[in-house]
Amino acid sequence: MSTSSNQNNFSKGTDLAVIILYMIMVTIGVLCIYMVEYNPNTSWSTSFITAKTNYSKQFYFAIFCSFIGIFILLMDSKVFTALANILYAGGILLMLATFVLGKNINGSKSWIPIAGGFNLQPAELCKIFTALFLAKFISKPETDFTKLKSHLIAGGMIALPAVLSIMQHELGLALVYSAFLFAMYREGLPAAILVIGLSFAVLVIAALLLEPTVLAIILTVIASLIILSMIKRFKRNKNTILVVIGIWAICFGTVRFVVPYIFNNVLECYQSTRIYSMVGKEYDCGMNIKAAASMAVGKKSIKPDDYNVKQSKIAIGSGGFWGRGFLKGTQTRGKYVPAQHTDFIFTSLGEAFGFVGTFTFLALYLFFLFRLIRIAERQRSTFSRVYAYSVVGIFLFHIAVNISMTIGLFPVVGIPLPLISYGGSSLLTFTALIFILLRLDADRQMVLR
Amino acid sequence: MALYNSNRGGIIQIIIGVIFVILIGQLISLQVVSNKYKLAADNNAIFRKIIYPDRGIIYDRKKRALLENTISYDLVVIPNEAKGVDTNTLCEILKIDKEEYKKRMIEVIIKNSRVKAGTFEPFLTPELYAQLTENLYRFPGFSLSERSIRNYPYNTAAHVLGYVAEVDVNFLQKHEEEGYEMGDYAGMTGLEKQYESILMGQRGVKRYLRDNKGRIQGAYEKGEFDTLAIAGKNLFTSMDVEVQQLAEKLLQNKVGSAVAINPKTGGVIAMASSPGYNPNLLTGSQRRKTIGRLLLDTARPIYNRAIKGQYPPGSTFKPLGAIIALDEGLITPSYGYNCFGAYGACGDPRKCEHHNAGHAANLQLALANSCNSYFLHVFRMAIDNPKYKNAKTGYLKWKDYMNSFGFGRKLGVDLPSENKANIPDTAKYNKDFGNPRYWNSCYMLTLGIGQDRMTATPLQLANSMAFIANDGYYYTPHFVDSIEDESEQDAAMLEKFRTKQKVTKIPSSIFKVIKEGMHDVTVYGTAAFIKVPGHEYCAKTGTAQNPHGKNHSLFVCFAPKDNPKIAVAVIVENAGYGATWAGPIATLMMEKYLNDTLTPESTLKAETLSQVDLMPQAIKDWYVRNNKSAYLTPLEYNNDELSDVWDMEMLASDAIPARIPKDTIKKDTNTKSALPTAPTALPKTNKDSAVLNNKKKIIKNKVVNQKKPAIKKKTTLKNVNQL
Repeated sequence: MSTSSNQNNFSKGTDLAVIILYMIMVTIGVLCIYMVEYNPNTSWSTSFITAKTNYSKQFYFAIFCSFIGIFILLMDSKVFTALANILYAGGILLMLATFVLGKNINGSKSWIPIAGGFNLQPAELCKIFTALFLAKFISKPETDFTKLKSHLIAGGMIALPAVLSIMQHELGLALVYSAFLFAMYREGLPAAILVIGLSFAVLVIAALLLEPTVLAIILTVIASLIILSMIKRFKRNKNTILVVIGIWAICFGTVRFVVPYIFNNVLECYQSTRIYSMVGKEYDCGMNIKAAASMAVGKKSIKPDDYNVKQSKIAIGSGGFWGRGFLKGTQTRGKYVPAQHTDFIFTSLGEAFGFVGTFTFLALYLFFLFRLIRIAERQRSTFSRVYAYSVVGIFLFHIAVNISMTIGLFPVVGIPLPLISYGGSSLLTFTALIFILLRLDADRQMVLR
Repeated sequence: MALYNSNRGGIIQIIIGVIFVILIGQLISLQVVSNKYKLAADNNAIFRKIIYPDRGIIYDRKKRALLENTISYDLVVIPNEAKGVDTNTLCEILKIDKEEYKKRMIEVIIKNSRVKAGTFEPFLTPELYAQLTENLYRFPGFSLSERSIRNYPYNTAAHVLGYVAEVDVNFLQKHEEEGYEMGDYAGMTGLEKQYESILMGQRGVKRYLRDNKGRIQGAYEKGEFDTLAIAGKNLFTSMDVEVQQLAEKLLQNKVGSAVAINPKTGGVIAMASSPGYNPNLLTGSQRRKTIGRLLLDTARPIYNRAIKGQYPPGSTFKPLGAIIALDEGLITPSYGYNCFGAYGACGDPRKCEHHNAGHAANLQLALANSCNSYFLHVFRMAIDNPKYKNAKTGYLKWKDYMNSFGFGRKLGVDLPSENKANIPDTAKYNKDFGNPRYWNSCYMLTLGIGQDRMTATPLQLANSMAFIANDGYYYTPHFVDSIEDESEQDAAMLEKFRTKQKVTKIPSSIFKVIKEGMHDVTVYGTAAFIKVPGHEYCAKTGTAQNPHGKNHSLFVCFAPKDNPKIAVAVIVENAGYGATWAGPIATLMMEKYLNDTLTPESTLKAETLSQVDLMPQAIKDWYVRNNKSAYLTPLEYNNDELSDVWDMEMLASDAIPARIPKDTIKKDTNTKSALPTAPTALPKTNKDSAVLNNKKKIIKNKVVNQKKPAIKKKTTLKNVNQL
């Protein structure tokens, strides 16, 4: 093809803005981790050489990732379409392998130890593979994404790694897979499904907030009002009244039986507590079957509390408008926020630079996302566009959920802040996601299948 | 197909925009609107450490430190680091068992968490300190930490100086605005309390950053908000540590009090209250062991009798009665009263110690001989003064005089909780007698000889002597003469002690007469056998009846006669005659102060006197019952020898008949061993021979000015025995 000559010159056609934003983000990340780990008694230069601190490790990760990025840019775009199926299958196999080889880190058995003391989290990598696989599936000429069957197949492809993640006690990672709904929506998933899903979420929250009887009365009243207002139509078609009653019954059943069942029998005690505390309520762990089981075994069930969120909010809130200054945050210096270098890295930024800092940071990220959407929309091939929207969805989900949980808008789930949080696996995943997109974008004139 | 859903890209952008707006909205509410998070962060991370300045030192008039600071060491431990401790050795050194070790460790963890240093054993003794420093390498996690404690180098003036103690909840409530915190120390009694604000100095605050486990991370903002500690100011008092020690020594084994004032300034030279305690017993490690016992002791060793004890002044009041009568023009110095041994004008005869005619032929003689009849009569004249319309008005006038002399009201000494004692209110008598019309001087007759409801503190008595010595004025008695680096505020605080209190317009001629009379007391009167070597002095004895047993022995005096430099009041409870017990104590104090030393005879006298046991039997019984030994009551002497000396001395003086009851000298040798040896105890070796050698001298030195008839004890006469 005419663009094949570009393949030798990786800078041609690649989106520089995204690369620059990527570099800024990674730099901010290393600095944030430095703030968390800062110790006035040790010199940062020596710790960089010895690589004993997390910020120096992250720095080396970043260098390693740039090489990976360059490597990806040097690859042929067709590799991704060609390997999509195999990579997905390999990713799923790796995830299954963790059940055998897995190493327990912080209560989740999702890591495979590899040489040199590093650990690999297949679930992270699986995000990339799933994105490629989904893009491959939708872009296939025989796929008609207006059909429900296609929706179900795509849903199954997403659900598989998600279910495996839940089995590895990585609820956060599992939730990330819902980000692919963005890409599916863009490709024709009916909005109704999303609306119904959203309504269902509202119903669940209402079930947490309100007394069951009160909610039942409200549901009944709404159903009766609908029936009364549409009484003429019911006369024409008797089935619609059955539909309304059916929906009412489903809602009622969800509120009365499904929600309590999930909270008491499926979720762990601490998860239920976190979700309840989001809506400002207390969850009684005595109702939780798992907590009761571990109590019966004799294990002391750890009393869950909202210490993380409280300290995280204090850290961000104490930053005020202008922030307390670089390295001057007391919450950060005193290590009051648990897991601050990973999931709660946003707090060090919020404390040091205040609202000005967080606002600028979010603006930067917003610009980054919009830039990705722009890239997505200029793709000629469906494969590239679906992949691009998958990347947008994954980034958006991570950013929104991670920041929401640090500022108390979402339950605490272990989701890193892309490019900022400490962690080699996560940095590598996001690097790969972006640079594959850039590679595809560089070949946007080419139709990939 | 790609174009088919292209509008959905816009919808996705809108969704993203909405999500970001929500995030920013929450960030505004956290970071811009609310400031509670800033406070919460400060609460978390800023550790305020209070830097305690050194407390001010209290000096005596010769700049000797009565109360200073010393370093004590605590054994502290960081429980997390206490791994591999040689517990056997540690327990052995501290003399505790393993159970106690575990218990203390748990206490430390509860109080200070595992990662912070907590006190394992406070106030190490020097021996313990030495042992621990040697072995500290065996106890990882343990260390020795310094702290400043109070120290009384002369072991003296416990009541005056007071003590510091950890503040309690009550204290914190009362001093809410003064920045005290739990665990702080503050002056609780005495000068420590009175001058707390000056002695404590200004505490500094250092702010540190602390991490999530309470470990210090370094100074907060490089110490920008730290304040420096300012040391407490030193106090310079008018006390004389040697006189004070002498007074305390002389009052040993007795219940009583002695106060000496410099009449020229009002500065208190010495103030002793007995039984007392060694003030060092209430500092450092001693405190825990001692305080409970001191508080429970029936002899009330913590109670400062010099400002709180209320005693009937007895005959020591007589000079004041005379002043009132003279000033009112009721008598002249030559006024005489024909006393034949009793005063019978009010029904039941009130006994006088003298029968011989002319012992009250004029005021001077009456004072010297302490004639009861004379002063009862003079008192009645004052109450029934024809100038006033009735006895009640007369009494009120008399009360005014007394109040202006400093009785029946607080003098305002710079010690907390001074008692005002009592000059009875008219209301009291109204209640007794009903209608004021029935008032009659006879009903309160014995006020005239310092009895009835009249009481005074030893401080008030000493002050009245300063008042007479100064010919009609006094300075409010006080301890602190000046404060180091005196600020205006400090000067204002001390202003009242530097102002002359001249509250009467009594002409100095009247004081001349009184002084002559009081001088005669020491020449041929009731205190004739007591001398102050090298000085003429004025005095008045008193033997006050009281409802609690034997008479109190009182003595007030000042010296030198013509340029008084010291005024003293001494009370020995339930001891007997004023001249026998209180007199020698007072004069020895004056001698020490005026001559700066004691003559050998006086030294011996002081030694013997200090060992006379006049403790009321009830207190001794209490000690036996409770299986306790008394504080500072050394009874290491040979009973028979001493009582011999004492008796002979008394006989030789001829002032006191051989009526001194033998039982005042302790005979029971069994209890001796149970009693502790106080720091001031005599070395026993050469004492006995010294006593014997000096026996003759004492007898020779006695100057007998007047023979007195022997006093017979007549229980049938229910009234006052005055000497």
